[in-house]
Amino acid sequence: MEYYTLLVLLIAATLREATPLVLAALAGLFSERSGVIALGLEGMMLGAAFAAAAVSAVSGSAWLGLGAGVAVAMILALVLAFTCVTQRGNQVVAAIAVNIIVAGVAPTLALAWFNQGGQTPPLAERAQRFTAIVWPWARQARSNPFPGLIYAELLSGHSLIVYIAAALVPVSAWVLYRTRFGLRLRAVGENPQAVDTAGVSVARLRYQAILISGALCGVAGTFLSISASSGFVRDMTAGKGYLALAALIFGKWRPYPTMGACLLFAFADALAALLQGVSLPLVGVIPVQFIIALPYVLTVLLLGGFVGKSIPPRAIGVPYAKGE
Amino acid sequence: MSERAESQGVKWAELLVLPAVNLLAALVVSGVIVRIIGENPWTALKLLLGGAFGSGEGIGYTLYYATNFIFTGLSVAVAYKAGMFNIGAEGQAYIGGLGAGLVCLAAGSAPFWEVLPAAICAAAVFGAAWAFIPAWLQAKRGSHIVITTIMFNFIASALMTWLLVNVLIQPGQQSPETRQFGPNTWQPTASDLLGRVGIHVAATPLNLSFLIALAAAAGVWALVWRTRWGYAIRVTGENPAAALYAGISPSKVTFLVMLLSGALAGCLPLNELMGSQHLISLDFPAGAGFVGIAVALMARNHPAGICAAAVLFGALVQGGSELSFDMPHVNRDMVVVIQGLVILFCGGLDNLFKNPLRILRGWVRGARPR
Repeated sequence: MEYYTLLVLLIAATLREATPLVLAALAGLFSERSGVIALGLEGMMLGAAFAAAAVSAVSGSAWLGLGAGVAVAMILALVLAFTCVTQRGNQVVAAIAVNIIVAGVAPTLALAWFNQGGQTPPLAERAQRFTAIVWPWARQARSNPFPGLIYAELLSGHSLIVYIAAALVPVSAWVLYRTRFGLRLRAVGENPQAVDTAGVSVARLRYQAILISGALCGVAGTFLSISASSGFVRDMTAGKGYLALAALIFGKWRPYPTMGACLLFAFADALAALLQGVSLPLVGVIPVQFIIALPYVLTVLLLGGFVGKSIPPRAIGVPYAKGE
Repeated sequence: MSERAESQGVKWAELLVLPAVNLLAALVVSGVIVRIIGENPWTALKLLLGGAFGSGEGIGYTLYYATNFIFTGLSVAVAYKAGMFNIGAEGQAYIGGLGAGLVCLAAGSAPFWEVLPAAICAAAVFGAAWAFIPAWLQAKRGSHIVITTIMFNFIASALMTWLLVNVLIQPGQQSPETRQFGPNTWQPTASDLLGRVGIHVAATPLNLSFLIALAAAAGVWALVWRTRWGYAIRVTGENPAAALYAGISPSKVTFLVMLLSGALAGCLPLNELMGSQHLISLDFPAGAGFVGIAVALMARNHPAGICAAAVLFGALVQGGSELSFDMPHVNRDMVVVIQGLVILFCGGLDNLFKNPLRILRGWVRGARPR
């Protein structure tokens, strides 16, 4: 019984951990399927996390925070799009640059505006954050192990953004596989010449994809700073953007498998938090760092073709120039 | 003007003018940010330059930081020459520190001149070992080196945290770091070395490894531009298909270059740990691997340029920390912003100024009688 409760709580923690990963991985999905490397997820998320926390702290509204987070991430996306598409610059370099710039600008502005050592002020009021939404009778249902506890912990009790992330997976799959825009987007990541020949603008499609990617990262970053925690702290994305990219590769650039990879990585993370210092039968204490490193090791193995094969979109990383 | 001289002219413009213009653009944008947070950009720049070059102490620190960036800059540049982007210098430097650190911890009372070669070898071998798997995967299985090296940065970070927390930690201590290395393994500082010949300079962490870094730069230059193997590297970087036709094995070049790149990054702890910290600490590379990208891009991968650009970035770090004393609203994060902007302008937006510069040159040349 106790293990059952523990498992349910673990899965609930997994859902919360997975939310920013799923959002960022979907962001990466749109960008990479259009042929643009999505290394900038980390920076766009961090920028959004700062903007959301700062605006929410000043205005007192979580919704304005979300708006600011999405806006800032989309502005960063625009910088990336201008560099990668219009200027045909090196996509890896551009993304790394954006990540580093944001890692510096966010704490600089936080220090100057709030004077709290590079953080934003703690968000104490309810309206400043997206807090857990408790569904009807969830409190009463908790005493019943099945299905009450599952209702109370897994369905109820998450912030709005968790539900948004869950909904965006099928929406993204639909957009990508069932709409004309999605077909063109996938085509431009495989064979931009063909798309261009068909009279569709490669640049326009890639701009759209990168902007969608920015908006999604905006939601992910907002979740980190004003839902999962109550304020912005330095480097709060802590590599989640790269982890999302790993999940995207792990999910072979498809929406549902990518979500699965995000859940797997988030589960490892939640498990690591749970197993901190706990001695297990047979194996003893599993070092937390090993569990943390696991997603990266798995991704490297996958990339090496040792566990399945993951083939990226064919035109990824190659700037498109008409007539070449 | 002959054809050759003309192309040399282009080359010089691109090697000197372009990085200067890019740096200027980065500084202008940074200045706007400084303005936004309510400080005077001019004063900030003056304080920054004064902090970096205004005193013997400032210069010493600047060159000390530059030493780290020469190593990582060379690491990124060598890989870039062969057409690869090594984002893993950070992790390779971290693991290199394990090698150098273990040698220093095991050195006992061995004299420095015996410890140093062993430490250099260990640092290089450990750094290269950390690049080995990404290199092998790229050469044999076609995995993207950018992704694998990023993953290896995170794996290195987890591994080193585990080692420092559980294995190498000094017993009875709370902070995850090793015990201090014996003084016999410390790099002699510049004030030490120059003091012996009667020149007195301020005591700073600047040490012998600065000369090792310069020697490494010279070595990389000789290797890449003056040897057969370097020719193979450059051909592979420019055109792998042509390299194949010329009888060069791109996968072999990829493999060896990445090992060299890892070894160069692995040498960073010769300065950071043996020269200054004298123990293995958590996350001691502190982003130097990423600064290496900025350095290499700005220098267009040439070792001489890398030394110059490394000094520039060393000055930013040193000047930035001085700046944070005088301007409470500006801290070292501002330097990170400038680094990022330099990467953006030199690497991502390099066409932004290149074409206008060419057009400008065309005008100047057009006005001249032929």
